[in-house]
Amino acid sequence: MRTLPMKKLLVSGAIALAAFSAAAAAIAAGTVEQPPRKSWHFEGPFGTYDRAAAQRGYQVYAEVCAACHSLSLLAYRNLMELGLTENQVKGLIKDIEVPDLNDDGQPIDRPARLSDRFKKPFPNELAAAAANNGKAPPDLSVMVKARANGPDYLHGLLTGYVPYDKLTPQQIKEYAVTKDDNFNKYFPGHKIAMAPPLADDKVTYADGTKSTSDQQASDIVEFLAWASEPHMEDRKRTGVRVILFLLAMAGFMYAIKRMVWSDKH
Amino acid sequence: MASSHGTPPVFNNKVISWIDHRLPIFSYIEKEYHTFPTPRNFNYFWNFGAIATVMLVLMIATGVVLATNYTPHVLMAFDSVERIDRDVPQGWLMRDLHMNGASFFFIAVYIHIFRGMYYGSYKAPRELLWILGVVIFLLMMATAFMGYVLPWGQMSFWGATVITNLFSAIPVVGDSIVTWLWGGFSVDNPTLNRFFALHYLLPFVIVAVVALHVVALHVHGSNNPLGIDPKGPQDTVPFHPYYTMKDGFGVVVFLIVFAGFAFFAPDYMGHPDNYVPANPLVTPEHIVPEWYFLPYYAILRAVPDKLGGVIAMFGAIAVLFVLPWLDTSRVRSASFRPIYKWFMLVLVVDVIVLGFCGANPPAGFWIPLSQVATLYYFFHFLVLLPILGKIERPLPLPPSIADAVLKNKAG
Amino acid sequence: MATSGNPAGGHGDPTRRDFLMVATGALGGVGIAATAWPFINNLNPAADTLALASVEVNVAPIQVGQAITVKWRGKPVFIRHRTPEDIKAAESVPMSQLPDPQTDNARVTDSAKKVRPQWLIMIGVCTHLGCVPLGNRPGQDKGPFDGWYCPCHGSAYDTSGRIRQGPAPTNLVIPEYLFLSDALVRIG
Repeated sequence: MRTLPMKKLLVSGAIALAAFSAAAAAIAAGTVEQPPRKSWHFEGPFGTYDRAAAQRGYQVYAEVCAACHSLSLLAYRNLMELGLTENQVKGLIKDIEVPDLNDDGQPIDRPARLSDRFKKPFPNELAAAAANNGKAPPDLSVMVKARANGPDYLHGLLTGYVPYDKLTPQQIKEYAVTKDDNFNKYFPGHKIAMAPPLADDKVTYADGTKSTSDQQASDIVEFLAWASEPHMEDRKRTGVRVILFLLAMAGFMYAIKRMVWSDKH
Repeated sequence: MASSHGTPPVFNNKVISWIDHRLPIFSYIEKEYHTFPTPRNFNYFWNFGAIATVMLVLMIATGVVLATNYTPHVLMAFDSVERIDRDVPQGWLMRDLHMNGASFFFIAVYIHIFRGMYYGSYKAPRELLWILGVVIFLLMMATAFMGYVLPWGQMSFWGATVITNLFSAIPVVGDSIVTWLWGGFSVDNPTLNRFFALHYLLPFVIVAVVALHVVALHVHGSNNPLGIDPKGPQDTVPFHPYYTMKDGFGVVVFLIVFAGFAFFAPDYMGHPDNYVPANPLVTPEHIVPEWYFLPYYAILRAVPDKLGGVIAMFGAIAVLFVLPWLDTSRVRSASFRPIYKWFMLVLVVDVIVLGFCGANPPAGFWIPLSQVATLYYFFHFLVLLPILGKIERPLPLPPSIADAVLKNKAG
Repeated sequence: MATSGNPAGGHGDPTRRDFLMVATGALGGVGIAATAWPFINNLNPAADTLALASVEVNVAPIQVGQAITVKWRGKPVFIRHRTPEDIKAAESVPMSQLPDPQTDNARVTDSAKKVRPQWLIMIGVCTHLGCVPLGNRPGQDKGPFDGWYCPCHGSAYDTSGRIRQGPAPTNLVIPEYLFLSDALVRIG
């Protein structure tokens, strides 16, 4: 009886929390169009990366994105975690040359090794900005984690371009769009420096998957999700074990606690 | 080692006996954590002191190993954190536990604080115990703030910029203080270096103050849900095994929830912008601190004056220091204060509302809402507590803890 | 301490109580050990460090009689393309003259057990106190046995990198290496 108010305190706190999160979410949802909700192989407590999709995603990255976007936190050796063998990865990188210094301290390009980080498309950020109308293309290493609702947002962004002639006059007026601008449904402010990067059949998949731009976008998101958090599967596996252990421990501790207190209650 | 209250312990083991004769650590443990008479009527809210202690140890343990791989330099900090995540053996585990551990440390401490407020644990003779607790809370906030800067993402950088700039509100010397805090003319490498040094130091200061907190606790013993003092052995139980086992159970249950977040939603409590490397030229659209600072952040923004906002924010914590003297009630526990207990519920809701105000942009109805909530926060402490203690008629207190426990069981 | 004595005296059935205590204690012990492991493992070499634990060297450009130095695991590795005279000199030394007896053949065998007498690959760190011996670059003092010579305390090595004179106790160390092709060797 005496503990009741404290319980009420918790319950009312929880209710207030729930009510306000609902209200806040409703307000947030009203402002920008949300990208369509997709289901991903890596979602949920037991989700894993779809290796085949991620490997296709690497192909899209290497053939399309890598021209402008770096992936500086990844090393070529990491690709072996996607299910490729050492020789397959060596084959993928055999034509890549990375900058280094020779024994006399002169800058040279030498063949990439497995231990090298992914080659950057530009030597530094200033050069990247200079080559891209003043705005350096961002690094993609943790992009999926660096955007709210990352996987859906990136997929939406890559497939959310609207050609100038499909825009309504009101949109053109409101966002001051010209023929040279790229209009994207999901990009904040809509005018995005990146031209539509994907197109049907822009890459040819070796495994025969139909190369639609939607498929390419899904594959690159699968690949970038892996790039953002290569250890995710290990994390979830460990989590299952830890929680099962703690549940058992809680059961034992509760039994002991009850036993110890049995003469006091 | 048969032991009853009051008699000095006798150790059968010769080594223990030899050591204890010279350095009585075993007697101390025996007295303070074994036979220590503890009120028999704790509810599960009394677990959160032990839980907070476990979280503090976990934070220090994970923090030390993280520090062995972290590089406090503006050009390398972000990548070194990612390297911990990617390349260091089980580095991801240490980082997930550390960054979620901070949140769960605060969850435990916030529940601990509200428990103390509800049951009047700050009242005589435990005022210093409470004040030491507020000191721990302040040290935790400083430590957490500096820790959040270390990954050197956008939120790290702009959080550091905004919070250090608070001090520029101080008249005359404000700007000099901010320059001194930064070690330069903006948040930069010297700032990151000193924040890392202090982030490593402060947890050990917290440990020291926690030790004092425990010493002060053991002078008069714990408060309890009835708020009345134990009158004899029938009102208490030895700390071990009764509360060691109950605390152990509570800790494990808390860790289950913690593990749920750390392993299955490690970034839920964080902010995506902190995965964007710090860029001193571009401010994120919407800067928010970590969730545990949101109520104070809302108070800061509720006052439409720079210095006023800073004073209100620090005042919101400072008021906790004098809480024992603001509350004029004769009884401790809100269970016997029919009016106060409802206001206590309102205060909890008020702080949660402030949290949401802090999380949302200062626009539209959030501005008046945060102002009303801020006013209510200070009204509760500065007006309501002193007056209510005088006019409220407490319910009759039970004659003893044992009496209440037995009657409760019968009824 | 925790289970000494019988503080919870007389609670429940003693067998059940003992079982609970022992089972919980054992489970807790396992939990603590399992928790300790990541903290220890955390300090092991990271994946990027391990990725550099082996290097691949193209030896094709090294002319007969030349030697190069490559950095491997933070240490210099000497790779010498030995002349037939070097090889003959190394093979003709009687074991009795060696402080650390080892045949030349054993020192030029890669991890696939293939012998390549023309390639001598060694860690270029004197086994005495860790200096880097001279003799790998043209014009340097190769010492009395025409191999390498450590300037710190005068240890002299022969054309097989074996210690012949001076305070060093053992021959220069041969790292694990494997010829992936005739021109490409992986060290480590």
